[in-house]
Amino acid sequence: MVTKAKLKTSLVAGAIVLGVPQGALAQDTIKIGSVLSATGPASFLGEPEDKTLRMYVDKINAAGGVNGKKIELVIYDDGGDANKARTFATRLVEDDEVVAMVGGSTTGTTMAMIPVFEDAKVPFISLAGAIEVIDPVRNFVFKTPHTDKMACEKIFEDLKKRNLTKIGLVSGTDGFGASMRAQCVKVAPNYGMQIVADENYGPRDSDMTAQLTKIKNTAGVQAVVNPGFGQGPAIVTRNYAQLGMNNIPFYQSHGVASKSFIDLAGAAAEGVRLPAAALLVGDKLPESDPQKKVVTEYKQAYESATKQPVSTFGGHAYDGLFILVEAMKRANSTESEKIRDEIEKTRGFVGTGGIVNMSATDHLGLDLSAFRMLEIKGGDWNLVASGS
Amino acid sequence: MGALLNQRFLILAMLAVVIAVLPFVFPSSYYFRVASLVWVSALAAIGLNILMGQAGQVSLGHAAFFGIGAYSVAIGPTHLGIPSWAALLIGAALSAVLAYLVGRPILRLKGQYLAIATLGLGVRGALVISTESGWTGGPDGMPVERLTLFGWRVSGSYTWYWVTGALLLVGTWIALNLDETPTGRAFRALHDSEVAAQVVGVDVARFKLQAFVIAAVYGSIAGSALAFMNGFINPDQAGFLHSVELVTIVVLGGLGSVVGSIVGAAVLVTLPQALTVFQEYEHLLLGLIIIVSMIFMRNGIVPSLSGLFHRKART
Repeated sequence: MVTKAKLKTSLVAGAIVLGVPQGALAQDTIKIGSVLSATGPASFLGEPEDKTLRMYVDKINAAGGVNGKKIELVIYDDGGDANKARTFATRLVEDDEVVAMVGGSTTGTTMAMIPVFEDAKVPFISLAGAIEVIDPVRNFVFKTPHTDKMACEKIFEDLKKRNLTKIGLVSGTDGFGASMRAQCVKVAPNYGMQIVADENYGPRDSDMTAQLTKIKNTAGVQAVVNPGFGQGPAIVTRNYAQLGMNNIPFYQSHGVASKSFIDLAGAAAEGVRLPAAALLVGDKLPESDPQKKVVTEYKQAYESATKQPVSTFGGHAYDGLFILVEAMKRANSTESEKIRDEIEKTRGFVGTGGIVNMSATDHLGLDLSAFRMLEIKGGDWNLVASGS
Repeated sequence: MGALLNQRFLILAMLAVVIAVLPFVFPSSYYFRVASLVWVSALAAIGLNILMGQAGQVSLGHAAFFGIGAYSVAIGPTHLGIPSWAALLIGAALSAVLAYLVGRPILRLKGQYLAIATLGLGVRGALVISTESGWTGGPDGMPVERLTLFGWRVSGSYTWYWVTGALLLVGTWIALNLDETPTGRAFRALHDSEVAAQVVGVDVARFKLQAFVIAAVYGSIAGSALAFMNGFINPDQAGFLHSVELVTIVVLGGLGSVVGSIVGAAVLVTLPQALTVFQEYEHLLLGLIIIVSMIFMRNGIVPSLSGLFHRKART
């Protein structure tokens, strides 16, 4: 009898926890799904994305919605866990029956969710950085952030202009750093770059002077590139200055493109260059710049609504949402496959990340002009005039 | 003995009935996915419970074996051309060998020292996986080829529900039987008092090692199943937090209770899904529920409730 009691309790418990309330299906709304890392180690990506999506969906609905229908946004928080993300993706597709998805804060969660959306034929606009999201091209998967490959190319383009060809790499071993390092090594020959030093550090290391000293003592290093993310690059930058290496040009990646990097690295950040989206320097863009209007409006809307400084990550969510909304308007339909076809036809879309021109072979649609080369001067971002 | 056999048979039969009946009440394949996750977590937890509940040894690095199983079926077919099903067996064998080699020295440690040693093992496992990116795809993970058995491609939530359900039944059956063998009794003697066990002639070191190896094999097979099911694997599944999650399932469900591990897995896997309606309070509520159940059901959900039932039945 003991076991019966045991099983009865387990059944009841199971029934209680499985009793997920079902949202009423209304015909006059369009369901859009999102799985974001709003908490956990990747929350610096997911949180601004979450706020951006909620804010703009409210705005769109207040203005009458899309094709006369209101948008219903379903957001789940995966906490940065790829396995959870996968489960929520299944839930969005099978249970919430969304017509499209804008989300996937990290490359890890995005890669885990891709099979779900591909199988279900539901368009998925990812907010993750790495190039493998869209290379090879998958029918239903798109993304808005610049790739790490583009960051390498932008840096190498700038180095080429300065006639520097021998570079040292110091990379983080986290997902972002490792992936960007691999891309830099791959595209270096296309720009005549020679990698003469190649060091790395762990994401939680607190001192990188050993690696930098090795690079400093490598004969012929003309510039140093630091593919990395989070606090690592700030420490590298401080160590770089401590070792008196400022005479060697130093490049960071778009991974540090937030104000907190300048705060953390302090005076050591002076003179550091990095490729970043126009959003960071919205107020410094010339009036003629096609992105000026979009980025200043987004920055203003985000900062006044959240009282927090704008980040490029929230901008990726803005771009994803509006690429989707415009595709739905053009398709004049809520059928996933028709929306997919229209997303692929996106041309001349001006977003915070750049001007998007997608095609059947390019599900990102950004070129190198989407990146601006910035230099940190006086504790602020400054545009590097082309040719200097 | 006959009564014991009956009891074991009853548990197994009830589990089979639950697995068979649930599909009739599931409205969409999302529920199949969640249930499959419960079965997989339960399988790993049952293994860990043999080590923790029956033999009384703690492991804070169990996800390492889960990771070995998962990455074996990812790396084997992709890099080495080994068929998926063979990679699963190789993963299980590798886990057993590793558990044996590592277990021999570290199982001589006791209490928090053993906890720290297993923690070290777990952290090391995750570290190797995320740095050997040439093999494992690094921190971003790698895709896993679908399992093909005799020309049948195993994919989809429905299929995996049945496959993982069957695996869980087999795992439960073995664990229940083990409890009643001389080995199982030796485990329990170890759990109650190591000194007493030694005095009555139990080879303490050998039985601890056996429990560790069995737990590792369970973990590895569960890991392989999850990797096949997701078609994608990343180092999180081998990481420290996953180890803690497995320990939580075992303790929450009830140390030493096979049914407890299944209930613990059901609670810990489905609660976050059910709590999404509360949005930002989700983590708060999850923590609260676990704390409350640990305070009021100190022996774990299943042993506490069955104890309550017993007392009621007697009065």
